[in-house]
Amino acid sequence: MLRLLLTLLLLLPLATQASEGEYFITAKPAEQVSLLEGWAAQPDAARLPLLDNLHQGRIAEGDTRKLRLNNRLRGLLENTLASHQLLSDVAKVRLAAAQQLQKSAQPAQVAFLDRRYAIEADAAVRAALGLVLANLQLAAPEPSVRLAAVRLLGETGDPMARTRLEALLEPGVETDTNVRTAAETSLAQVKRKLLFGELLGQAFSGLSLGSILLLAALGLAITFGLLGVINMAHGEMLMLGAYATYVVQVLIARYAPGAIEFYPLIALPVAFAVSAGVGMLLERTVIRHLYGRPLETLLATWGISLILIQAIRLLFGAQNVEVANPAWLSGGLQVLPNLVLPYSRLVIIGFALFVVLLTWLLLNRTRLGLNVRAVTQNRNMAACCGVPTGRVDMLAFGLGSGIAGLGGVALSQIGNVGPDLGQSYIIDSFLVVVLGGVGQLAGSLWAAFGLGIANKLLEPQIGAVLGKILILALIILFIQKRPQGLFALKGRVID
Amino acid sequence: MRAIPLPPAHPEFMLEPVLDAGSGRDAIGLGQARSQGLDARHGTVLTLEDISVSFDGFKALNALNLYIGVGELRCIIGPNGAGKTTLMDVITGKTRPTTGKAWFGDTLDLTRMSEVQIAQAGIGRKFQKPTVFEALSVFENLELAQKADKSVLASLIARLSGEQRDRIDEVLQTIRLSASAQRPAGLLSHGQKQFLEIGMLLMQDPQLLLLDEPVAGMTDAETEFTAELFKGLAGKHSLMVVEHDMGFVGSIADHVTVLHQGSVLAEGSLEQVQADDRVIEVYLGR
Amino acid sequence: MNQPLLVTASQKAGPRWTLATGAVVLLVLLALPLLSLLPEGHSLHVSAYTLTLVGKILCYAIVALALDLVWGYAGLLSLGHGLFFALGGYAMGMYLMREAAGDGLPAFMTFLSWTELPWYWAGTQHFAWALCLVVLAPGLLALVFGFFAFRSRIKGVYFSIMTQALTFAGMLLFFRNETGFGGNNGFTNFRSILGYEITAQSTRAVLFLLTVSLLVASLYLGWRLARSKFGRVLTALRDAENRLMFCGYDPRGFKLFVWVLSAVLCGLAGALYVPQVGIINPSEMSPTNSIEAAVWVALGGRGTLIGPLLGAGLVNGMKSWFTVAFPEYWLFCLGALFILVTLYLPKGVVGLLKKRGEQ
Repeated sequence: MLRLLLTLLLLLPLATQASEGEYFITAKPAEQVSLLEGWAAQPDAARLPLLDNLHQGRIAEGDTRKLRLNNRLRGLLENTLASHQLLSDVAKVRLAAAQQLQKSAQPAQVAFLDRRYAIEADAAVRAALGLVLANLQLAAPEPSVRLAAVRLLGETGDPMARTRLEALLEPGVETDTNVRTAAETSLAQVKRKLLFGELLGQAFSGLSLGSILLLAALGLAITFGLLGVINMAHGEMLMLGAYATYVVQVLIARYAPGAIEFYPLIALPVAFAVSAGVGMLLERTVIRHLYGRPLETLLATWGISLILIQAIRLLFGAQNVEVANPAWLSGGLQVLPNLVLPYSRLVIIGFALFVVLLTWLLLNRTRLGLNVRAVTQNRNMAACCGVPTGRVDMLAFGLGSGIAGLGGVALSQIGNVGPDLGQSYIIDSFLVVVLGGVGQLAGSLWAAFGLGIANKLLEPQIGAVLGKILILALIILFIQKRPQGLFALKGRVID
Repeated sequence: MRAIPLPPAHPEFMLEPVLDAGSGRDAIGLGQARSQGLDARHGTVLTLEDISVSFDGFKALNALNLYIGVGELRCIIGPNGAGKTTLMDVITGKTRPTTGKAWFGDTLDLTRMSEVQIAQAGIGRKFQKPTVFEALSVFENLELAQKADKSVLASLIARLSGEQRDRIDEVLQTIRLSASAQRPAGLLSHGQKQFLEIGMLLMQDPQLLLLDEPVAGMTDAETEFTAELFKGLAGKHSLMVVEHDMGFVGSIADHVTVLHQGSVLAEGSLEQVQADDRVIEVYLGR
Repeated sequence: MNQPLLVTASQKAGPRWTLATGAVVLLVLLALPLLSLLPEGHSLHVSAYTLTLVGKILCYAIVALALDLVWGYAGLLSLGHGLFFALGGYAMGMYLMREAAGDGLPAFMTFLSWTELPWYWAGTQHFAWALCLVVLAPGLLALVFGFFAFRSRIKGVYFSIMTQALTFAGMLLFFRNETGFGGNNGFTNFRSILGYEITAQSTRAVLFLLTVSLLVASLYLGWRLARSKFGRVLTALRDAENRLMFCGYDPRGFKLFVWVLSAVLCGLAGALYVPQVGIINPSEMSPTNSIEAAVWVALGGRGTLIGPLLGAGLVNGMKSWFTVAFPEYWLFCLGALFILVTLYLPKGVVGLLKKRGEQ
């Protein structure tokens, strides 16, 4: 008897759960609403599995009956689930629940939330719960409660708080003047905090654009500084790098699907080799014959770029090809309520800086770098000292193109990969070189990030197109101020 | 009215341009010097005072003082890196001095004028490396250099007058290039280019000629001829010649300035400076 | 180096030969529109397609000549001449749109449900003002850009890049619907010009003759410039700008003059192009188009007056044939042309002919 009782007692939660589930599924929608609202106001830890199951569209594991919920019920269910999750032992779960409740909490839950708020130990969860309460208290009948709530909302940098306060300030909603003024101050506060996040977001996309420009312009700065020629096909080196990434992805998916997660890493050396190889080939066959004639080189390399683009079009088609992010590059880091930093972009910024460091080391700490710098400064003298200028030219050109190839890998992770990919970056990267000065790594670094951030900060204010035009105008004006300092090495140069 | 300043350094070598008429200057006819349009009543065509130029902290010129008299032929010598070319850059407006004053005549402030304005005011310059318009003929090179209205409009409607043509022919004879008048300047030899560039300076008819190593790459005969040419020019024009060739300097100069580390080390006749201990130390001591 | 080749070429190869060829070409060009008026089926009839094609190429030839004035003579390679061409074309195109729309707004504006004309298009219903715009828009833009660029002594590849960025920015601006330039589609569906039906054979013939006249006039202008002291100053500027400054010339004024002149010529060519071809859209401003003009000049021979015309004719003739026969390989051909001309024909076809004449 006792055993039976104990068993029953043990089964009781299960039984109530099962029966509540049965009851819920057979109830009419209106009853379901009141049921959920009731549960939400008085959560019970034992009900959590049921709510989880309901949330997944069933009453229990193994039960084949499908649960159909309308949008209102779905919202209520999420709210109810969140209020139950507040009872969890894991702070992270409670935090997520509180954040959900900030959007969906109902006045009936105030008593429960107050209790949880009083006993909550984790600071982050407690702050989040405070906000939930503040949201609810905005509707409280006592002005003093509303006043406190409004002030609390002002402390946050949450986009939700802005909408709440804005709704409160709609004509006719809040009648108490004290609360109204406080709400106005709070709204201004919230907006300021949000603005910070927005600006940071724009600055971050600027950094991201800058890192791409940097990868594109770095090689250009090397070849231009060294050979005095502008390589119009440089953008196509980016494009080749991106297509190399695509090919690597396809090959790995076919022959070694297990390694697909790491295909961008495998693509890096491949893209470098492809772009560098093509670059060296071009240098040997065409560009070498045009030294000292920069304008002609510009035209010839443009011809090369046309051929490369058309060749890619014939090989891969004119449409964009699909390059997917591996899992570790998707998603992002939530820094502020309105600021998410995508991992892919974070990685690319780091990668660009790493490439700059590598290039710096290569140019300043190796024999090849010494040769490159010698030829850059005085080609004839370097040749007299026994520097094999021809070989240095070829290697440096290969290096510049290879870096562009690496840029192509990075680009393939955040943008479309198509035959015209290079064309859209080439003008901007030239502007970086013009602005940063020839052969100056530091100059390129500042110019790339400066241009990237200026672009992205101007974009929301005056639109992308006007922003571009404005930047061009600014560069022309900037050159008025510093015509030589940016372009030439200082000293006596007489032509 | 500005008083004629005396440079603080080495007064024993200082030859005040107007008062000092006792040396070889008579021979080059200082008395007849006449500068049209340029106010040089005090007798100095060029006044540089306390000129400093620094590139990234390196002082190419350091508190330099230099005075060149009307009709004078001055040679500037000095070891490499003494600041000779920078000095020319400052005078022609290519480089702006960090501090100091530069006057052309008594009234023109060179530090406030553009390169073109300075050239139009009457300072001609010959580069170290001969620079001529290679695609144009010798005749056309001289035509472009000729003193005339050099605005865009004037160039559109310009036609050579008989007088101007005669002047070009005259200069062609002076620089011994009459036979090559129609050849593209790019086909001339190095020495011929040097002469063409000097000829272009003559066409410009400047008050002050700056010549950077004019006899580099010339044969002995050409050098001798150049020396004669310059001596003939002095008096009508003021000349400042930067030269390494001591023989050439000795054959033309009555007055030599030695530059060292961006300032004037010594000034006087060639014999005087050659006897100066510090000059000997600078040239031989290191 | 590069002489003003026309002068030397006519001195050496015999002016008679050059003049005779020129006269024959001119006669053929003058005869074409008359032949197009012949009834269809006549053995000498020239189709509207041919006339339009040749007219289009002649407009390009004017652009090539204008580009050669700045590149061949003054050494400034512009990669943005398409912008000036398109500006002239858009000014003329707007007049044609207004003419087609009668008293109402141009079709694309009503489509965007605009109620009034943007201020910068005011007055474009008058042909005379449209003509002024054809000159003023490219001229003023070139003046402002050139003033700043030459003031800061931007030259060589920097200048080329800046001009390319300029035309790129222009293209972006004209692509937008809200800027009032017809967006992606540009201006098209013209009906009449000064009351004459635009597709009529006689209108086409007159437009063609105007194009030939403009070409001849630009050629004469270029010839006079090349022979004047101004032309020699430009050549000097190209080879040794510093020397020229120390001779007392201010290079900025000279560059600015020839730069603005060149831009205005392009604008005029664009204005004649639009009514003949019947459309103008932002792709005319794409960097590709402008740089293609450079290869016309390079192929023909820069620093000469005949060269650019020859180059424009050759490349565009080839393009018309290729894009019909082997459309996929045209870009290969064009790319190869860029490379081969710069590697093996630095003086272009004219240089080649001249060398032959000397042998």
